[in-house]
Amino acid sequence: MKNNWPLWEVFVRSKNGLEHRHFGSLHAADAEMALDNARDVYTRRSEGVSIWVVESKNITASNPSENGEMFEPAHDKVYRHPTFYNLPDEVKHM
Amino acid sequence: MKQDTLYQYILGIADNSLILGQRLGELCGHGPTLETDIAITNISLDLIGQTRSYYQYAAGLCDDGRTEDDIAFLRKEREYRNVLLVEQPNTHFGYVMVRQFFFDVFHLLFLKELQQSSDETLVAIANKAVKEVTYHQRFSSDWVKRLGDGTKESHEKIQEAVDDLWRYTEGLFYVTEVESAAVKDGIGVAVSSLKDAYYEHIKSVLTEATLSVPEHSFFQKGGKDGIHTEHMGYLLSDLQYMQRTFPNMNW
Amino acid sequence: MSDTEVKNLEELFEARIARDEKIEPKDWMPEKYRKTHIRQISQHAHSEIVGMLPEGNWITRAPSLRRKAALLAKVQDEAGHGLYLYAACETLGISREELYEQLHSGKAKYSSIFNYPTLTWADMGAIGWLVDGAAIINQVPLCNTSFGPYARAMVRVCKEESFHQRQGYEIMLTLCNGTDEQKAMAQDALNRWWWPSLMMFGPTDAESTHTEQSMKWKLKRKTNDELRQQFVDQTAPQADILGISIPDPELKFNEETGHYDFGPIDWDEFWQVVKGHGPCNKERLKARVDAWEGGAWVRDAAMAYAEKQENKKVAKAS
Repeated sequence: MKNNWPLWEVFVRSKNGLEHRHFGSLHAADAEMALDNARDVYTRRSEGVSIWVVESKNITASNPSENGEMFEPAHDKVYRHPTFYNLPDEVKHM
Repeated sequence: MKQDTLYQYILGIADNSLILGQRLGELCGHGPTLETDIAITNISLDLIGQTRSYYQYAAGLCDDGRTEDDIAFLRKEREYRNVLLVEQPNTHFGYVMVRQFFFDVFHLLFLKELQQSSDETLVAIANKAVKEVTYHQRFSSDWVKRLGDGTKESHEKIQEAVDDLWRYTEGLFYVTEVESAAVKDGIGVAVSSLKDAYYEHIKSVLTEATLSVPEHSFFQKGGKDGIHTEHMGYLLSDLQYMQRTFPNMNW
Repeated sequence: MSDTEVKNLEELFEARIARDEKIEPKDWMPEKYRKTHIRQISQHAHSEIVGMLPEGNWITRAPSLRRKAALLAKVQDEAGHGLYLYAACETLGISREELYEQLHSGKAKYSSIFNYPTLTWADMGAIGWLVDGAAIINQVPLCNTSFGPYARAMVRVCKEESFHQRQGYEIMLTLCNGTDEQKAMAQDALNRWWWPSLMMFGPTDAESTHTEQSMKWKLKRKTNDELRQQFVDQTAPQADILGISIPDPELKFNEETGHYDFGPIDWDEFWQVVKGHGPCNKERLKARVDAWEGGAWVRDAAMAYAEKQENKKVAKAS
């Protein structure tokens, strides 16, 4: 064996109106095969109406060791959330 | 049209799905990757599902209480009407894919015609099956191309399968008396009219797969008349084992 | 990293798990955590795909079309479950091919139950009822395990497996409501599968080496003996409904404890099978190796074809 089938990530839209969600991974030699395999592996029980596949190596991921600078600065920006603002109870629908 | 002719006609269609589904079932757990195992099992399940729909319809035409399983499991070899192609063994993955491809192309052309039948039940079955088989054909065609235009080894192996299985293709277009009667009544498909489209399609895919199209025309007859190859008896001894060993029981 | 730094990281790590936080593949983790997970998840994956073989043995001989379709779908699910689990394992930085290599060389283990032969159709019933029943007891707690990819794979597996046990029990029920010959077939299958099923929960707590660490990492929630007891308690009444008897003269409901007492397990047999000397160890491994090696030319061809297509695309674009 010289080169093995690469790994692909599978995203499935379970019904129209919903976003594609990560379902899992599989191996395939090319994109068409990845799509077919995803259909056979992940939608056997009618779980989907649309499939995306992307070769895993093409995904760039953030590094958990940088989570501090990446995500913590957002924690204290409470003014981005509606509950930060005080309104009298009489004001409805806002 | 007499019920008996319709009954025989349905069996002629259904037996192909049963026998090919049975063959593919042998492979579950033994494929080249988990992904292909799962894919081939899906095809097998489609075929067995079609078989059940056909047999249930056929069983309902008889008023002797027979069931889909009586039809599937309790006939003699001579009474099975499938073409020789589908009973050929899983010699290697190349054979599995060529057998599938040679059958799928026929099967799809056939089902599209069956959708025009005057028999509503057959139309309903064909409507469902045509989607399944469209996918089967895509799957097997892709694999014929991959193996044909893959490595030198795969090219040789699949060419061997093409050369070997070619002689069973013509049998798909043989017309039995039952079929002629069914065609006359507007129920059946005139398979001989599918022949040109069939070979044209087969040749174009084989060419794309860099495979050579066999030139000889020494074809094997049989199958639809109940004369099978030596492989059939063994296939049936597996298929029928339980029903023959323990007759008249529910499972 | 200094030893103190590693120790700090480890403490933080253990605290996260204790707080029920999930660990994801790119997170820092102790080497032992990674290794233990590779071992357990791959062992689980191997069990799924080796487990396809004893049942696959009856696909061509299933007694009705309905049973044939159900069995095919079940064995196919097992392939799917193996696939999900291998994928979860791959997130830890090991390839499926390396994992296969471990299986094929005998380095990796799989569940010993699959080294027993399937001799009659009733074995399809017994496996679904007992083996899948035991597997579910082992697996459900893993849906909450600490390693995210494993937990997610198990959620999917458990959801899909819900039909497997019912499928098996229904086969047993049909046999037990059938002729004397069919009922005898069911009893015979229960006789052969009962003790190996109890062994599926592993050695007794006193003998088990990994339990404490596994508890901490939520790879385990209950001990082997607790799970085994749970299995016996839930299965014994199901055998009564079938009207067949569990092959254990000491099996009896204990009013005091509220549990079933049961007889001693033959641990010599257990270790013999684990060490590779069960009835079918060699056949099972050979079938897997043959499938893999026999499929090499197919996998190579697909890669060569993909490469050619890619080159054609590039040539067209330039």
